[in-house]
Amino acid sequence: MDQPAVSTPYHPRWLRRRVSTYWWLGKPAYLRFILREGSCMFVGWFTLYLLLLLAAVLEGPLAYELFVAWSATPALLALNVVTLAFVIFHAITFFQAAPQAMVVRLGRTRVPPQAVLLGHYAGWIVVSIVVAFFLLGA
Amino acid sequence: MTPSYDVVLVGGGGAGLRAAIAIAETNPKLTIAVVSKVYPMRSHTVSAEGGAAGVIAPDDSIDEHIYDTISGGDWLCDQDAVEAFVHEAPQELLRLEHWGCPWSREPDGRVAVRPFGGMKKMRTWFAADKTGFHMLHTLFQTSLKYGGVTRYDEWFVTRLLVDDGRVQGVIAIDLKSGRVEAITAGAVILCTGGCGKVFPFTTNAAIKTGDGMALAYRAGAPLKDMEFVQYHPTGLPFTGILITEAARAEGGYLINKDGYRYLQDYNLGTPQPHPVLRTMELGPRDRLSQAFMQELEKGRTIPLPDGPVVHLDLRHLGEKKINAKIPFVRELCTKYQNLDPVRDLIPVRPVVHYMMGGVDTDINGATPLPGLFAAGEAACVSINGANRLGSNSLPECLVFGARAGRAAAEYASRQPPVNPRVIAQKTDEHRRLEQELFSRKGRERIVTLREEMQRTMEASAGIYREAASIRKGIGELQRLQERYADIVIEDHSRTFNTERVSALELSFLLDIAQTMLTAALAREESRGAHQRRDFPKRDDQRFLAHALVSRTDDGSCRLEYVPVTITRWPPAERVYGEAAPHVKSDKAADRPLSSGAGV
Amino acid sequence: MSNRIKLQIARYRPEQESEATFDEYEVPYTKESAVLDGLNYVKDRLDGTLAYRWSCRMGICGSCGMDVNGEPKLTCATFLADYAPGPVRVEPLRNFPVIRDLIVDIDDFMRKLVRVKPWIVREVEKPVADGAYLQTPEQLDEYKQFSMCINCMLCYSACPIYGLDPNFIGPAAIALAQRYNLDNRDEGSAERMRVLSEHDGIWGCTFVGECTTVCPKHVDPAGAIQRYKLTAAVESMKSFFAPRGA
Repeated sequence: MDQPAVSTPYHPRWLRRRVSTYWWLGKPAYLRFILREGSCMFVGWFTLYLLLLLAAVLEGPLAYELFVAWSATPALLALNVVTLAFVIFHAITFFQAAPQAMVVRLGRTRVPPQAVLLGHYAGWIVVSIVVAFFLLGA
Repeated sequence: MTPSYDVVLVGGGGAGLRAAIAIAETNPKLTIAVVSKVYPMRSHTVSAEGGAAGVIAPDDSIDEHIYDTISGGDWLCDQDAVEAFVHEAPQELLRLEHWGCPWSREPDGRVAVRPFGGMKKMRTWFAADKTGFHMLHTLFQTSLKYGGVTRYDEWFVTRLLVDDGRVQGVIAIDLKSGRVEAITAGAVILCTGGCGKVFPFTTNAAIKTGDGMALAYRAGAPLKDMEFVQYHPTGLPFTGILITEAARAEGGYLINKDGYRYLQDYNLGTPQPHPVLRTMELGPRDRLSQAFMQELEKGRTIPLPDGPVVHLDLRHLGEKKINAKIPFVRELCTKYQNLDPVRDLIPVRPVVHYMMGGVDTDINGATPLPGLFAAGEAACVSINGANRLGSNSLPECLVFGARAGRAAAEYASRQPPVNPRVIAQKTDEHRRLEQELFSRKGRERIVTLREEMQRTMEASAGIYREAASIRKGIGELQRLQERYADIVIEDHSRTFNTERVSALELSFLLDIAQTMLTAALAREESRGAHQRRDFPKRDDQRFLAHALVSRTDDGSCRLEYVPVTITRWPPAERVYGEAAPHVKSDKAADRPLSSGAGV
Repeated sequence: MSNRIKLQIARYRPEQESEATFDEYEVPYTKESAVLDGLNYVKDRLDGTLAYRWSCRMGICGSCGMDVNGEPKLTCATFLADYAPGPVRVEPLRNFPVIRDLIVDIDDFMRKLVRVKPWIVREVEKPVADGAYLQTPEQLDEYKQFSMCINCMLCYSACPIYGLDPNFIGPAAIALAQRYNLDNRDEGSAERMRVLSEHDGIWGCTFVGECTTVCPKHVDPAGAIQRYKLTAAVESMKSFFAPRGA
């Protein structure tokens, strides 16, 4: 039951300004957004890299040695350093976005956004400690 | 194909949208057009802050609200209209609540009420301090449900179509294209708001140019009580932005340059630390504005570059209360005055705010001109009399918007189809607009005439008036009307020509200003917001009557008086402060409606 | 003795030209002058042909949105002194078709607003005689922020998705839908979900977040949208595993 409004949906004389292909360079916020979105590709690379590592471990010590040697090549080292930077950037921007997307309630009060943010970082640290325990401790 | 509707509404604010919904609900078969020069959510209803009054508290009664309104209006209110208004106000506010209006609540979920100026009991419903904003958006969004309502957004009505002694539609400019179009109707309802822009310093938005009042006046309908202009006591000094009465209702003090709560010198009671209803800062607006003028004359105001001010002190309310109850006040002061009311004093001065006068209507919104109705600030029923109480105008829009809607619907359904020859008037209007506004090569800038008119009105129709300056003002307005013929319009585009709109609005304002001064000169008494230095007393013998101004054939004003309708409240003295009379009522019919009964 | 500042104002005269041009004007200002005051000075005293929208001049009607130095702003709440020494570039809001000078067409939003059913939906209307619905201050707080939208369109102007794909329903429309979804008096969430879950509904949003940054009323439309994505996802899971009656 759309209410009719007497309006002109389109008029040839209205000026329609084109959005430039480089719109994302127009504002720092837009650039940060595109970098954030682009960082998913690097997350994907780390995931693939992890799978390749697992495959190498499963194949045996020789495969593992080859994998480590390959990882030490300058090209791959550079790629992984850049990827690490983007993955950290990804995590930070993701956490920054979390309080806006999540409204957590304890009883009647709303958990303040700072607490949600700190909760994410706390969780990250805890998980990192657990993983480190297994990797380094054992 | 000329667009044709059963009812055409001019103006899409609180009254207009409420009327449209009322028609759609009463008779879904009727076709309705809402013609507004702005998108409806831009209507000036949006800026109302304080609240809307309706009797719901268990210790309140209908009779007390009626008495407060009538005494607040200095007995110039038509009491039958006030009775109907006060009875229907709570129902209208409840209806709005059902439509989603986010009224502020008590902890248990019932609708909250706050004290307000001139009211003996707490009965002002509020949505934080953006009541008008929430009401307008609720009405607008709810109105979108009704397929029978067609909106003409940004169409500027220039004339009413009158034929055979009745109003049969409007002529309007589609601003986007510049096209002049006739829209015919069985009935027309004017909901165009007030005319604050006739003054230089006003809370009103740019769009409050008295369009509907002028349209009615030019079509032959009389305007009523045009001399009564409300000055709101607390406006910010440079911009005139409104600081709501709610700031005083929550406990703010008005102090002069000595830090003294000066209202105690003006028969408004004695100062208490907490707000006491109907005393001091919760007195009626006209008395508070008049007190400012007298403080000014005594040299006790604070001189600022933008003019003399007094201070509104909210510091003792505390940050928590200010953020909870009047956050918009804090936002406005921070943004526009660079100060924080939690820590600083707010400079304020009286500012033109509301027009008690307007198109003469009866209790159902019908004007004496058949087919023409009016509601809201554009109309004068009159429920506000010589001075409006704060928080009565929002429910006025609802109650009389609904009444006018139903009355217009009933009238329109009885009308024969519009005579096609009416549409021919469109050609005349088109020619007039072209000649008067397009093809001229004038020398006077619109802003020059507008500012001179505003200065004249401030001098002649300020808070205190007297015969000599009013007469001078009438002469100046006549000269401005003549100079209007010589204005220059630089914009020759058809597309969204806002200069042409400004010129048309100026011509409306000049007509309205003339009626205001004519009525002010004739009323030789002081009552409510109309204070005459040369006639300082109220004169019920001669002037317990409404002034009706009509246009004569040669363009001048004809004035006549009609008596005020008195039912149960004979004229008495208007008393505020501790001596204010307490009205008791124990009639069962006065019991207020329940304020909360579950989802 | 007042200061002066240059305004570079975008002009578009559809009857004469097919592109926008810029005109430059010099206006006086004080520390209280808004950009809108500058525009009014130009129109009143320098060039009556300048066309723009404005009304309340106090940041509540939403008429005066324009791009000031590339950022969408309410010109009545943006102050010239903050741009001194200037010049200040004033353009029509980005992402909308320009009708004339600084006036853009916003009817696309008006049509989208209707689609999200921004009214209280009830199966059975409650009669007025039964009184008001109960709504605690906590229940009011659930949706209050989203009810503050003044329809100024700054969020649509800041949203790159809307710029690239005008079919995207947009931040304000979704925030207003959420305003009703979260109101305890409303029963229309299911109906709105159908509209919002469409391809150009909430799933068009990639959480750029600029809408929230530019909103003059702190509505946080980005937050409304992301929260609604969670609601919509949960609903769609529920209906997948337990269709009807879930």
